[in-house]
Amino acid sequence: MDWGMILNNTLAGFLTPATIAFALAALGLAMHFGFAGLLNFGIAGFMAIGGYGYAISVLTFGFPWWAGMLMGILGSVIFALILGIPTLRLRGDYLAIATIAAAEIARLLFLTTAFTDVTGSADGLFGFNTRPDGSGFQNANPIPPGTYGFGPFTYNEQTLWVLIFGLGVLAVAVWLLWALMRSPWGRVIKGIREDEEAIRSLGKNVFAYKLQALVIGGVFGALGGIVYTAAQNISPGVYVTSFTFFVWTALLLGGAATIFGPVIGAVIFWVIQAFLSNLLPALSLSGVLPVSTTQASTLRFVLVGIGLMLLVIYRPQGIFGDKRELTFVR
Amino acid sequence: MSILSVGGKRRLINLLTVTFLALLALFSVSAPALADAVGEEYDATIFGNVKVEGEPVGDVRIVVEGGGYKAETVTDEKGRWAVGVPEKGIYEVTLDENTLPDGIAVLEGGATQEVEFGLTDRVAKNFFIGEGERNTTSLFDQLVARLVYGINFGLMLGLASVGVSLVFGTTGLSNFAHGEMVTFGAVMALVFGVWMQLPMWVAIPLSVALSAGLGWSLDAGLWQPLRKRGLAIVQLMIVSIGLSLAMRYIIQFFVGGATEQLPGFDSPKIPLFGAVALSVTDLVSMGLSVLVIVAFAFWLLRTKTGKATRAISDNPDLAAASGIDVDKVIRIVWIMAASLAGLAGVLWAYFRPGIKWDMGTQILLLIFAAVTLGGLGTAFGALLGALVVGILVETSGLFIPADLKYVGALVVLIGVLLFRPQGLLGKKQRVG
Repeated sequence: MDWGMILNNTLAGFLTPATIAFALAALGLAMHFGFAGLLNFGIAGFMAIGGYGYAISVLTFGFPWWAGMLMGILGSVIFALILGIPTLRLRGDYLAIATIAAAEIARLLFLTTAFTDVTGSADGLFGFNTRPDGSGFQNANPIPPGTYGFGPFTYNEQTLWVLIFGLGVLAVAVWLLWALMRSPWGRVIKGIREDEEAIRSLGKNVFAYKLQALVIGGVFGALGGIVYTAAQNISPGVYVTSFTFFVWTALLLGGAATIFGPVIGAVIFWVIQAFLSNLLPALSLSGVLPVSTTQASTLRFVLVGIGLMLLVIYRPQGIFGDKRELTFVR
Repeated sequence: MSILSVGGKRRLINLLTVTFLALLALFSVSAPALADAVGEEYDATIFGNVKVEGEPVGDVRIVVEGGGYKAETVTDEKGRWAVGVPEKGIYEVTLDENTLPDGIAVLEGGATQEVEFGLTDRVAKNFFIGEGERNTTSLFDQLVARLVYGINFGLMLGLASVGVSLVFGTTGLSNFAHGEMVTFGAVMALVFGVWMQLPMWVAIPLSVALSAGLGWSLDAGLWQPLRKRGLAIVQLMIVSIGLSLAMRYIIQFFVGGATEQLPGFDSPKIPLFGAVALSVTDLVSMGLSVLVIVAFAFWLLRTKTGKATRAISDNPDLAAASGIDVDKVIRIVWIMAASLAGLAGVLWAYFRPGIKWDMGTQILLLIFAAVTLGGLGTAFGALLGALVVGILVETSGLFIPADLKYVGALVVLIGVLLFRPQGLLGKKQRVG
C-alpha cells in the first residue's frame, strides 16, 4: 500500500472547492436547524438552484458571471419563499417532508428531457466558467497561469481562483451569521427555537422571523452550490437526497448551533471521506479486506450512515456544540 | 437469440444451417454491418430485429430516448437495427408505426416501450408486430388503462405507506429508513427466488417473514433502547436517516449497482377490456394487495392489539394508564410495518420491474406524499392517499413528460400542506 499517496490525497481534502461548498451549505443548515430550529432536508435543492441559476443565466441569457451568480441567489430566495409560505406555519416534521420533496422536484425538473435546451438534462451544463466573450468567471481570473502551492496543496491558477473566491464568500458568510446571531434578531430566532409560543406572546411575528431565517440559510446553501459550480460542470446527479444527508452529517459533526462548527465539520467530513476513499480500495487491493474494490468504496457510505446515527445518539451537540444549546428540543 | 432465427427456414434446421448461422453470428459480432448504426462510439448498445411473420422489414424508423439522450435509426434490409447509448440505464424505444407496411402494427405493449440494461453492455428490444390495428387507442381508453395501472401501483404503495403511518401514529417518528425496508423485502425475494432458486410461492412468504424479523430486530435493537434513552423526536428522525444511508449502502455492498429481475417479471400481458392489458403477475399482485389490506383493516379495527394500536395513536399516556403494554404494541407495529413494506417491495419489484439497491429511496417520497395526503398517523388515510398518489403518478404520464410523473405527486404533497395540512382523513387540531 502506498501510504504516502493516501496521506497526500487525505490532506488535499482539507481545502477543495467541494469542502468550501459543503461548509457554506452546512452554514445554511446551521442557520435553519441550529439557530431557528427549522428542519430543512432540502439543502441540496437550494444548492442546485444556486448552481443552475448561475449556469443557466450565463449560458442561456448571456449574463456576466457576477450577474449570473446573483441570479442563482435570487432563485434560492424565491425557492425559500415558495417553500416557506405554505409550510412554516406547520409542525416541524411537515417542513422536513415538504423540503425534501421540493428538493426532489427541483432536481427532477433539472433532469427531465423536457427542458434539455436550457438545463442540459442528465448531462448537465458546462462551458459557463470560461466564456468566449470574456464575461466568464475564469476570464476574470487575475492569477497568471502556472502551478501554485506545495505538497498536497498544489493547485493550478483556475482552482486557486475558485478557492480564493470560495474562501472569501465563506468568510463573509461566517461573519454574517456571527453578526446576525449576536444581534437582537438572532436572539429572537434562538428564542423561537426554544419556545415558539413564548416569543409569540411577546408580540413577535414568528412566521416572518422563520421565513427570514429560511431565506438567509437558503442563500448560504445557494452560495455553496455556486462555489461548487464555479469549479466544475453542473449535473443533476449530484444534488440527490443523500447529498443533503451528507451535509447534515457535516453539520452535526461540527455542532449545529455554532458558527465555526459547520465549517470545521465540513472539513472533517471531507478529510475522512478522502481518507476512506483512498484507504478502503487500497486495503481491498492489498488483500487485507476480503472484498472487491467497488464494495470497499461502498463501505465508506455505510460508515457515514453509522457515524451519523452514533453522532446523533451519543453527541447530538457535535464536537464544538454546547449541550445547553441543544437544538433537539422538540 | 432471436437475431439469428432467420424466419422461414425453421423447419430445415440441420447441421448446415446451424453452421451457417454460427458463421453469421461471428460475422455480425465482429463487424456489425448494419445499414444505419447510430452511436457506435458508445459501449452500450440497444439492438433489435423487426420481422413480420419471419420476414424482415427494412426502413422502419426506431427512436431511442432516455437520460437526456436521443437517437434514431432505420432497420436494414435484414430488419436489424442497433443504437449505441452513452450509458447503461433506462431508455424508451419507439417504433414508428407509420414506417411499417400497411395493415401491420405493434400488437403488444404499444409502439413505445421501455428497455433497461442488465449486466451486459447489449440489450435486445424486439416488438411483437403483425397484422392488426394501429395503436389508435382513444384518450379515454388510455386513461382507463392508466387508471387500472395506477390502482395496482396505489395498492402496493398503500401496503408500504400504512407502516409509516402506524409507526408515526404510535411513536411520532417519521421513519426515513422505511424505503430501505421496502428494498429489503425485494432483495430477500431476489436471494431466495433467484440466487437460491426456490419457487416464488416459497420465496415471497420467506422474504416477508424475514422482513418481519427485520422489523422486530430494528425495534428491539435500536428504536426501543433509544426510546428508553429518551431521545427527542428530531433526534430519532435523524437516526432513521443515518439508518437509511447505512442500510442502503449495505444492500448495494451485497447486491451491487445493477438491476436484477425476479422470475416471471415479463409474463405476457393478457388484454382484458379496452386498452387494459394485465399480466398474471399484475392480477395476482392486485389480489394479494387487496387481501392483505382487508386483513390489515380487520386487525386494526377488530382485534385487541389493533384497538390498542389506535388507542396509543390517540393518546399514549392514557393508553399506558389504562393497562396497555405500549412497548409490546409498538414492537408489533414495527413488525407489521416491516412485513407490509417487505411485501410491497416484492410486488413493486414486479411492477417496476426490477430490483435495485436504491429503489426504496425512489419510493420513499411517494410514501411520504401518500401518508401526508391521507393525514399523518391515520392508517386508512395512508391507504386512501396511496391510491390517489398511485393513480396520479400513472395518469399524469398522459399529460406531462414521463420523467416528470413523480413531480406531479410531490407537487400535490406541497399543495396538500398549503390547503389541508391535516390531510384527507386527519383531525384538524393535531396540526400546527
